[in-house]
Amino acid sequence: MKPAPFDYRRPETVAEAVAALAGEPNAKVLAGGQSLVPLLSMRLAAPAMLVDINAIPGLDTIAVESDDRDGGVRVGALARHSAVLASDDVRRVQPLVTMALSHVAHATIRNRGTTVGSLVHADAAAEMPVVLTLLGGSVDVEGPGGRRTIPASELYVGPLESSVGHDEVAVSAYFPGLAPGAGVAFEEIARRHGDYALVGAAALVDGETVRVGYLSVSDVPAVVDLTGVADADLGEAALAQLEPLDDIHATADYRAQLVRVLTGRVVRSARQHAQREGAQ
Amino acid sequence: MTTKLMGQKVQRVEDQRFLRGQGRYVDDVAVEPPGSPRSVLHAAVLRSPHAHARILDIDVSDVLDVEGVHAVYTYDDLASCTPQMAEPLPLLIPHPALTHGRTQYALAKDEVNYVGEAIAFVVADDRYLAEDAVSRIRVDYEFLTPVVGIDAARAATALVHDDVPGNVGARMEQTVGDAPAAIAKAPHRLELDLTVERSACMPMEGRGTVARWDPDLSRLQLWTSTQSSTGVRAAVAVKMGLDLGQVDVITPDVGGGFGVKINHPWPEELLVPMAARALGRTVKFTEDRREHFISSAHERGQVQHIEVGFDDDGRLLGLDVEFWHDHGAFTPYGLIVPIITSTQLLGPYKPQNYRVVFESLYTNTVIVTPYRGAGRPQGCYAMERTMDAIAKYLGKDRADVRAVNFIQPDEFPYDQGLIFQDGRELEYDSGDYPASLEKIKKLVGWEEFPAFKAEMAAQGRKVGIGLACYVEGTGVGPYEGAHVHIETSGRVKVATGLTTQGQGHATVFAQLVADELGCSFEDVEVVTGDTRRMPYAVGTFASRAAVMSGSAIHLAAKRAKEKVLKIAAEALEADESDLQIVGGVVSVKGSPGTSIDLGTVSVLSNPLRYAFDEKSKAATQFSVGDPGKPPVAEDDEPGLEGKDFYSPERATFASGMHAVIVETDPETAEITILKYAVVHDCGHLINPMIVEGQIHGGVAQGIGGALYERMAYDDSGQLLNASFMDFLMPYVTEIPDGIDIDHLETPSPLNPLGIKGAGEAGVIPSAAVFAAAIEDAEGIPITAMPISPSELFTLRHSREHSA
Repeated sequence: MKPAPFDYRRPETVAEAVAALAGEPNAKVLAGGQSLVPLLSMRLAAPAMLVDINAIPGLDTIAVESDDRDGGVRVGALARHSAVLASDDVRRVQPLVTMALSHVAHATIRNRGTTVGSLVHADAAAEMPVVLTLLGGSVDVEGPGGRRTIPASELYVGPLESSVGHDEVAVSAYFPGLAPGAGVAFEEIARRHGDYALVGAAALVDGETVRVGYLSVSDVPAVVDLTGVADADLGEAALAQLEPLDDIHATADYRAQLVRVLTGRVVRSARQHAQREGAQ
Repeated sequence: MTTKLMGQKVQRVEDQRFLRGQGRYVDDVAVEPPGSPRSVLHAAVLRSPHAHARILDIDVSDVLDVEGVHAVYTYDDLASCTPQMAEPLPLLIPHPALTHGRTQYALAKDEVNYVGEAIAFVVADDRYLAEDAVSRIRVDYEFLTPVVGIDAARAATALVHDDVPGNVGARMEQTVGDAPAAIAKAPHRLELDLTVERSACMPMEGRGTVARWDPDLSRLQLWTSTQSSTGVRAAVAVKMGLDLGQVDVITPDVGGGFGVKINHPWPEELLVPMAARALGRTVKFTEDRREHFISSAHERGQVQHIEVGFDDDGRLLGLDVEFWHDHGAFTPYGLIVPIITSTQLLGPYKPQNYRVVFESLYTNTVIVTPYRGAGRPQGCYAMERTMDAIAKYLGKDRADVRAVNFIQPDEFPYDQGLIFQDGRELEYDSGDYPASLEKIKKLVGWEEFPAFKAEMAAQGRKVGIGLACYVEGTGVGPYEGAHVHIETSGRVKVATGLTTQGQGHATVFAQLVADELGCSFEDVEVVTGDTRRMPYAVGTFASRAAVMSGSAIHLAAKRAKEKVLKIAAEALEADESDLQIVGGVVSVKGSPGTSIDLGTVSVLSNPLRYAFDEKSKAATQFSVGDPGKPPVAEDDEPGLEGKDFYSPERATFASGMHAVIVETDPETAEITILKYAVVHDCGHLINPMIVEGQIHGGVAQGIGGALYERMAYDDSGQLLNASFMDFLMPYVTEIPDGIDIDHLETPSPLNPLGIKGAGEAGVIPSAAVFAAAIEDAEGIPITAMPISPSELFTLRHSREHSA
């Protein structure tokens, strides 16, 4: 469990990071390392170079963009999960981020792991990609051609595969704020506390609109629109658009059952959340 | 008088060190950095990626010119060490029934039989380089059909070893009376088919070995993370062609064993010293987690068929058990696990007529050697599920059916008529099972449970209760020894040869010495597992350390005390019978001014010609001694030491009962533990806190085995979950906050302290008790363990569809 040899760069600006990436097609960005380092140690990944962005100042910000678009929160590439989880601004502006982060691994992993890193690692079993997709957020990346914004709907292209170019650095993610009167909820079922979920679900209820995102049911984060579906039919309506997978921890049938159960639960609880928010 | 420490919750002396990160494990030995002249070389192993293949060619040419690589060994290089190094590894415990025992080579010869089997051994400046080099070795394989799982082994359409027909390593049968006939005549009969899957020990510290060859002394020093340092010493000496006296094996702190480290020698325990001698350098191997999954050992996997005949009260009339035991690719540890299953299955019951037959089968998977419980969890599962089935069939209370089958307190010693794992009669020494049953029923709320269940059902919740009883043969021989040395400083050095992997031996053994010797607890220092200090020993397994070494230490301390009293009596001009030792000072009873401390007694025990300090002047030739007598009497020897061995006739039998209340989620099939209760009888307790810690740990491991862990092999023999991400060892969050424990103390008549072993008990009834509780909650027969929510959901689903 020792990584294969690799070059190591520790740039101090985003431009230097981009230059380093441009010079080595088989390079990987290292931020929190909570997914990447185990892959290196097990030699499941053997990049020729690691570009460690931890020395770049200014990437750890968590800022409410009150004047911008829909008043969401922007999270920098070096903001640790634990900082985002602890942020009152995040909780106030988009509580779904806080709800979901409390399910991300364990405290020690959250202390090092970054939210943006988790987003661009593009694991459909992880919480944050689903949250970003459900909320219609985006990731800003910087590459040789400058900065561009990738909407969540275009970010996830396959299993563990994002549309971030190999010579691009994700510098921040944007989570839209919760609209007045809207409600959100997150729930997941995992074998052990802090494990990847067998199935997780996040709901966003805004007026008549009901949308639910799922983790661990497909190769890429899945979001279904359940607007207008009767409460009793929510689970089946969701399943009509999903194809849960088998693995050593759960059968596809069991995952389908969890989709049924969790869909009802998160929609109910998002509605309750909306009512509480509306009452305030 | 000081209070006796036996029975006290004495704080562990080890914990300060462990909690402050000052433990010293094998990987902490010899840490000089690369570049320094004494730097350690690091080893990595090329392991088979295939479960079953013939090796056609191994090409190491790409490795040799890698800078920093010192050596690469394959099978063909082994004979250059000694001819016996190229022979198969030892079959540690031969048995007449093991007609087709097979062991692997230190490095695979011609064929690999499981994913993870060692093929080549690389030594380099550091582990990174060693792993780089391993990845450059090219092996050509001819694929053979892998045999994975008990069904495939029994079908025998493919063979693991060409010369083992039917994949059967052993077939063994034991009988008492005529079970088939008794069953045929019985008023009621039942049959059960049960399965248990594999799990593994998973100590925090994996295997590890460091070796240093000293050419000036012609001596090998070996540190290894083992449960038997004397065993490794003997094995290494044989394989390296050395005399025992040339090999020192030191077992420092061990980060958990749970059984896996009793198997020895591991290939690396031979390859590391071989390389160290050949290269003239210290060599280290530290196993990583993936290696532990695929190249150490697993346990538990069995398929069982049970036939039972019983009367209207549920009394057993005949029990006929057949089971198939998956022992993996090789049998280094013999038949210990299935023998224990077949004998300990009987638990606290009298079957009247019993027949047990097992086949121990080869598969192309990691070897199977004892894991905490060592076959007992499977036996307990078979017996207790049978008890539950009888109760259900008769519509009787599950506890009542057990009670009518108990051996009664006045029936001890009770001979079950079988031969146990130590080759001796399965004769229970003592116990009180009815008393345990009363305690567990009270502790878990057995009588109140039906009302609770009804109350929960009214809320739409499903709860169930399970009960399981076990008897555990502990403290098997052949022997352990101890050496107690009172230094001139008054400190007491105690050595016993078995090893310590976290049990708290330094605490409990010091308690015993302080009690017997009258010294202060703080003055006792215990060393275990160092062959330089105690070369004769067996090892730490089978819940035997307290019974075996505890008894030996007690006896050795007694001998030291006899000598103390003799010398002190002379010095104080008093009669031995008038002396007492309190707080390390020998004094005349009723005359506290007339006293001598243990350090001074130690000085006097060694008649000196030379004085080395103020203290030792007292023992020099012009100070003491009767000029008319030899300074050391004919029947005496210098020094204040005591040495003794304890070797019991047979094992002592601890027992206990577990009960659990679970809740199953009607929607998600998640299984939640509401209450876990344990009644435990290990005779007299040396340190109740440590015993309870053992129970807590065992229960936690049992919960893992029953609800979370399994070895997920695919049909090609790949282990799909060889990491802690996918092998679901429970976290503290999965273990209930409170485990209710009550003790019963039925002393053993077989040892001077009246103690029985406690190390494995916590894990034995887990599969049985959880299966029972989930079955009770769900009303669905639970016949396969472990069980996950997904599997419970599948069972619900198939019941709905069959209904």
